[in-house]
Amino acid sequence: MKEKKRNYDQDVVGDGINTIQKVLEPVNGTSNNIVKYMLIGVCMLFLFLMLVLPLIVVIVNALKDGWTVYRKAVQNEYTIKALQLTLLATVSAVGINTIFGLFASFLLSKFYFKGRQLLATLIDIPFSISPVVAGLAFILTFGNIGWMGDFLKNHSIKIVFAVPGIILATIFVTFPFVFRELFPVMNAQGKDEEEAAALMGANGFTIFRRITFPHIKWALLYGIILCAARAMGEFGAVSVISGHLRGKTNTLPLHVEILYNEFNTTEAFAVSSVLVILAVLILIAKNFVEWKKR
Amino acid sequence: MYVEMKGINKTFDGFHASNNVSFGVEKGCLAALLGPSGSGKTTILRMIAGLDKPDSGDIMINNIKVNDMPGSKRGIGFVFQNYALFRYMTVAANIAFGLEVQKKSKTEIKNRVDELLQLISMEELGSRYPHQLSGGQRQRVAFARALAPNPQLLLLDEPFAAIDAKVRRELRVWLKGMIEKVGITSIFVTHDQEEAMEVADTVIITNQGNVEQVGTPEEICMHPQTDFVADFIDITRCETIIAAR
Amino acid sequence: MEQQIIKVKNKKGVKVIPGFGLSLGITFFMLSALILIPLVSIFISASQLSFQEFVNVITSRQIVSGYVVSLSCAFFAALINAVFGLMLAWVLVRYNFPGKRLADGLIELPFALPTAVAGISLTYLYSDKGWIGSLFGKAGIKIAYTRIGITLAMIFVGIPFVVRAVQPVLEKLDRQYEEAAMMLGASRTYTFFRVVLPELFPALLAGFGLAFARGIGEYGSVVFIAGNLPYKTQIAPLLIISKLEQYKYADATAIALVLLLISFLLMLFINSLQIYMQKFIGT
Repeated sequence: MKEKKRNYDQDVVGDGINTIQKVLEPVNGTSNNIVKYMLIGVCMLFLFLMLVLPLIVVIVNALKDGWTVYRKAVQNEYTIKALQLTLLATVSAVGINTIFGLFASFLLSKFYFKGRQLLATLIDIPFSISPVVAGLAFILTFGNIGWMGDFLKNHSIKIVFAVPGIILATIFVTFPFVFRELFPVMNAQGKDEEEAAALMGANGFTIFRRITFPHIKWALLYGIILCAARAMGEFGAVSVISGHLRGKTNTLPLHVEILYNEFNTTEAFAVSSVLVILAVLILIAKNFVEWKKR
Repeated sequence: MYVEMKGINKTFDGFHASNNVSFGVEKGCLAALLGPSGSGKTTILRMIAGLDKPDSGDIMINNIKVNDMPGSKRGIGFVFQNYALFRYMTVAANIAFGLEVQKKSKTEIKNRVDELLQLISMEELGSRYPHQLSGGQRQRVAFARALAPNPQLLLLDEPFAAIDAKVRRELRVWLKGMIEKVGITSIFVTHDQEEAMEVADTVIITNQGNVEQVGTPEEICMHPQTDFVADFIDITRCETIIAAR
Repeated sequence: MEQQIIKVKNKKGVKVIPGFGLSLGITFFMLSALILIPLVSIFISASQLSFQEFVNVITSRQIVSGYVVSLSCAFFAALINAVFGLMLAWVLVRYNFPGKRLADGLIELPFALPTAVAGISLTYLYSDKGWIGSLFGKAGIKIAYTRIGITLAMIFVGIPFVVRAVQPVLEKLDRQYEEAAMMLGASRTYTFFRVVLPELFPALLAGFGLAFARGIGEYGSVVFIAGNLPYKTQIAPLLIISKLEQYKYADATAIALVLLLISFLLMLFINSLQIYMQKFIGT
C-alpha cells in the first residue's frame, strides 16, 4: 500500500470526544419496547372508548326490551319511509356528485387554464362550512323569504321543507367527496396517454372510457363509498331544511332524533342499529376497495 | 486495523446481502466499497454504522467488538446518500445538532460550528436552510455535520450520487483533500469505479454479497484476482486515472 | 364550441384532448347551481341588514356565548385529536401488532356512522346513569350536558382527520432523517420532537384545521350531549336553528355569516402556513 503522510493532529480533529465508548448497550433497548407497547395500549384504549363502545351501546340498548320491540321499531311505517327517503337522498347525492367529480377532476387534471387553483379551492368549500349554514343557505335561496321564493311559489314548486330540499342539502355537504378521491389519481397519471389517443383521432368519450377510466376505477368506487357514508348520515343540513314532517321529510337520522326526544329511547336505538349496520357494511366495503387499490 | 469485519453474514427475507464478508481498513486510510448496485456494499456500511445488525460474524472498531453497541456510541460520522439534512433547521443548526445532543455549552457549540463552517468555506451561509443550497453545498454541510462530534471514523454512502455530473469531479477532489486534511479514517460506498480509483487508498470490491478483492487501486487494476473483478474493471480507464493521481 | 377551445393555446401548448369545453361547462354549472348560488344568498340576505343591526345580533350575550362555546370546545377537541391522531398514525405506521388492520379500518367510523346515532350513543354513555358517566359521576365530574360532553362529541367526529392527514406523510418519510439523528447521538424521543415532528407538522396542522372546522360546524352529534342550556352549552349552529324556528331569519343569517367568515379565515390561515412550510421541502 502506498504510504501517505498524514497529519493526525490537525486542529479539526479535536480531542476525540466522540471516540468509541467502551459501554455495551443493546442496540434496541427494552425501553423502546416499553414505549411501543404503551403507545399501542393508549391508542387502542382511545379507539375502544371513542369508537367501539358507542357501537356496543347502540346494539345493547336496541335489544334491551327484547326482539319483538326491536322488530316493531324497525318495521314501523315511519321508519321504513324514513329509510326510503335516506336511500333516495343518498343515491341522488352519489349520482350527482359522481358526475361532478368525474368532469371536474378531468378538467383540472387534463387541462391547464388560469384559475385552476381557485376552482379547486371553491370545490372544497363545503368541507369547511357548517352543515347548518348550508341548510340555511338553501332556505334563504328557495324558502318563502328567499329571492327565488316568489318564483317557486307561483309555479307551485316546493323545495324547502320538501324532498328536493333534503336532496339538495345532502348533495351540498357531500359535494367534494368524489372529486377529492379522483383528482389526485388523475393528476398523478398525467395527460400523455390521453394526448396520444387524441392524436390518433379518438373522441372524448372513447378517450375517457378506454384510457382514463381504467386508471381511476378503484378511486372512483372509494369516493362513491365515502360520499354514500356521509350522505346517509347527514343531519345538520337536512335538519334545517326538512321541517320535520313525519313520513314525508324525515330521513332516518332525523327519525332517530324524534324518537329520542319523545323518550322512546329503545326505538331510537333500534332505528340507530340499522344505521350502525349500514355504517359497518360501508366500512367493510371501504377497506375492501382500499385493499384492491394497492 | 481500525475497522475489521470478520465473517459477516446478513440476509434480508432470504436475500443474501452479505456472505461471509471479511476485510479490514487501516487507521487513517480512505477506503472505497465498490460494486454494482445490489452487491451488498451499502449493507456493509450500514452494519459498520450500527444501522443494521449482522446475523453472524464480528464487527471490530479499534479492537472492540461493537455488534451490540448502538451506532451513536461507535464514534462514527455518517454522510447519507441524499445527505438527510434536517430541512427545518438552518445549516448552523444542522451542524450543531450532534453537539446539542451531547449537551455542550453554547459557546463551545458556536465555536465548533464556526470552525466547521470555515473548514467547508461556508462561513456566510450558516443561517441558510438546506433548500437554499446547491447540491454541492448540501454535501459539504452533511460532511461538516458528520464531523461535528469529532468522530474517529467517517462513513459516506454514495456521496456523489446526488450531485450533477459537471461538478462531481470537482467535489471529489475537494472531499478527498478535506478527508486528508482532517486525517479521519473513512469508508465510502460507490458504484462508480472511476470515483473509487481516483479517491481511495484501498478499494474493496463486492459482488452478490461477497468481497471479491481488497487492495490498492494499482493492485486491483494490475492483478485482478477473480473473473468478476477482471470483467468489472475497465483497465485502460483505470490506468489513466491512477496515472493522473 | 369544443372546436374553438381546442385551438386555444396555452403555456403547455395546444389542447389536443377533446372535452375541455364540456368539462368546463358542466363543472361550472354544477358548482354554481349547487354550491355558490346558495352561499351567495347568505350574503344577499345579510346585506339587507344594516351594520348596526348586524352588530347588535352578533354581540348579544346569547350569541357571543354560542361562539365561545363552539370555538373553545372545537379548539380543545382538535387539540386532543392532534395528540391522539399523531399517536395513532405513528402506531399504525411504525408498529406491527395483532388487530392492527381492524384498528386501521375503524378510523373512518365517524365518517360512516350518522352523527345523530353517535350523538345519542355518546349521551347515553356519558350521562349520569351511563356506563362511563356513572364512573365519573362518583368522582363528582359531570360530562354529559356540559362543555366536556360537547368537546367529547367533537373529538368523536374529528378523529379521522388528523390520522388520515399524518399517516401517508409518515409512511413516505425517509428513514434517513431518523438514522442521521441517531448517528449523531440523539435519543428516540429527542429525534422525534426535533426531526420527525417538524416533517409531520404541515400535515398535522392540516388535520388539526379540518378537525377544528368540523368541530365548529358540527351539529348532529353535539346537540344531544350538549343539553343546550342558554349561555352555557348552546353551540352556534344550534342558535342558527333556534332563530330559524322563531322565524328570525335576519338573526340566523348574521350568526351564519360570522361562522362562514371564521371557517374561511381558518382555511386561509392554514393554507398560508402550509405554503410557507412547503418551501422548506424544496426539490
